[in-house]
Amino acid sequence: MSTQGRIEIDQELCKGCLICIHFCPKGDISPSNKVNSSGYSPACFDNSGKCTGCAICAIVCPEVAIEVYRG
Amino acid sequence: MDGNSAIGEAAIRAGCQCYFGYPITPQNELIEYMAVHLSRRKGCSFVQAESELSAISMVHGASLAGVRTMTSSSSPGISLMQEGISYLAACGLPAVIVNMSRGGPGLGSISAAQSDYFQSTRGGGHGDYRTIVLGPSSVQELADLTHRGFDLADKYQIPVIILGDGMLGQMKEPVEFKHEAPKELPVRSLALRGAKGRPSRFIKTLTSEPIELEEINWSLFRRYQLIKKGETTYDTFLLDDARLIVVAFGIAARIAKGAIKNARGEGLKVGMLRPTTLWPFPSEKIQELAQKTKNFLVFEMNMGQMIEDVQLALEGNGEVSFYGRPGGVIPTPSEVFRVISRLWYQKGLK
Amino acid sequence: MKKVYTRPRSLKRVPFHYCPGCGHSIIHRLIAEVIDEMNIQDKVIGIPPPGCAVFAYYYLDVDMAESAHGRGAAVATGLKRAYPEGLVFTYQGDGDLAAIGTAEIIHTANRGERITVIFVNNAVYGMTGGQMAPTTLLGQKTTTTPQGRDLKIEGYPLKISEMLALAKGAVYIERTAVNSPTNIRKTKKAIHKALQTQIDDLGFSLVEILAPCPINWKMTPLESWQWIEKEMMKEFPLGVIKDTTSKEDAD
Repeated sequence: MSTQGRIEIDQELCKGCLICIHFCPKGDISPSNKVNSSGYSPACFDNSGKCTGCAICAIVCPEVAIEVYRG
Repeated sequence: MDGNSAIGEAAIRAGCQCYFGYPITPQNELIEYMAVHLSRRKGCSFVQAESELSAISMVHGASLAGVRTMTSSSSPGISLMQEGISYLAACGLPAVIVNMSRGGPGLGSISAAQSDYFQSTRGGGHGDYRTIVLGPSSVQELADLTHRGFDLADKYQIPVIILGDGMLGQMKEPVEFKHEAPKELPVRSLALRGAKGRPSRFIKTLTSEPIELEEINWSLFRRYQLIKKGETTYDTFLLDDARLIVVAFGIAARIAKGAIKNARGEGLKVGMLRPTTLWPFPSEKIQELAQKTKNFLVFEMNMGQMIEDVQLALEGNGEVSFYGRPGGVIPTPSEVFRVISRLWYQKGLK
Repeated sequence: MKKVYTRPRSLKRVPFHYCPGCGHSIIHRLIAEVIDEMNIQDKVIGIPPPGCAVFAYYYLDVDMAESAHGRGAAVATGLKRAYPEGLVFTYQGDGDLAAIGTAEIIHTANRGERITVIFVNNAVYGMTGGQMAPTTLLGQKTTTTPQGRDLKIEGYPLKISEMLALAKGAVYIERTAVNSPTNIRKTKKAIHKALQTQIDDLGFSLVEILAPCPINWKMTPLESWQWIEKEMMKEFPLGVIKDTTSKEDAD
């Protein structure tokens, strides 16, 4: 049984580079249409239950905008 | 002992921990002295760098770590160090830089000259800054002012230039060292040695806001005002009744002294003001002397550099004549005596 | 659930000024993670370059000091000689290290100075707006090679790490990249090993990290990460270039 995971993406730190979306093995992150106060469109965690907390998104995130939970 | 070696010995006795340099005539005796004597002292470091560009940056690094550090070179090598000196001044990092100057511009000559006066006293690198510039005139003074240079550098957190020349560096005179080498090498507080038990700190010179840099510049110049008030020094020779005052520094002052003695022998009332801090320049003393006589003769081994500081000090309240020989040519006392007496009679002085 | 990934302690809570997808932010984070894991935050002194990463001192919570352009290795030499107990690293770009700083890096490596160099290679001059770097690829368009780097005018890209490996004083040189999770993990290991080399007093260590510069390469962040794989690695292959750290006579 794989682990369950969850991430939190800081919407103000995220610069919308979309790298996490590309590398997420579960496709559980999506781009958004929102605009943060720096003018970027931050990525959003879909939270559809597929996340295993592998933390690949956090490893590739240049902004250290992602915190990962697992359990 | 030769002047170059005397500088080295004085630096060691002042607690210099790191020397970084590069060979260039006429100061090679100094780098060689440090290679032998500094490196055998515990905790001390000697590195022959790959260039003067590198040497001044190594000085930067050692100064960051809070130790007494120095480099030396001669005119073309000092040119290479200008960017590094600008950084030291901007950061407020103490260091001693010895320039045993030679003829220029370009590769020039290996003989003594005084043509780096502007470079030394006007903050020779980019930006608005000054360094303290000390002007020794004998091997004894090379030793004394080197030691004083380290003290001033630490006191005011500023780079200090010892402006010697090729002749002073290579001539041999008796010298008395007034200090013993310290048992413990001094370390400055506010050094960068790892953030143990305190917040991390950074030492930088880049600013994003012009107003920040403006304030840094003002703060540097406030420090320079303090230095001007407290550290201006000079030597005088037979000034009490002088009707003609020679202004000279370094080796030129030695030559001028001989010429003035000859002049006095002929009954000419000539004296000399010898600045020993070239920056800060003894402008006030010159203004004071101008109350007694308006006749000044600036003698230097260049095309006319210190003369501008004399003229600035006088603010038009005096007549300044000039005798200079550039290119590393060493004038003789009798040559300078002829200049003095010609000027004396031309001006109709009594 | 428990938190398994968060910001390292040695990375200050300050938003990065770097462009979206830039390699510097990742590398800063990796350095901070390694510093935390090795517990050396109070010993480390870093020398960032004039370049995009000049502001590294706003992000890394360790003692740091600027150097003049290209002189980082010389400043680090002076610092380490004056205070050998410190763990000194430089963080240098391709212009800083392989153009203006070439003499300094060669001699620092040659003397075997006990410092660690983090060499960020993004094949371009970032801060000044995208001019050619020594490591710019043949045919690569930059603002000073608008027709693409021409062999006859500009010569080949410079393989400085391979050149430094010839210096006996250099004991550990590895090239990694930060364009994928695997490569990022390998970069972190390399940084760890390089700092350990200094702690073990073995010699000079350097990690060259191929890093993206999306804005000056005129690509999206993802395209730039892929360009490293497709193009840069052909010229600058990843891997250990030199490792004599386990030799008994390593000095």
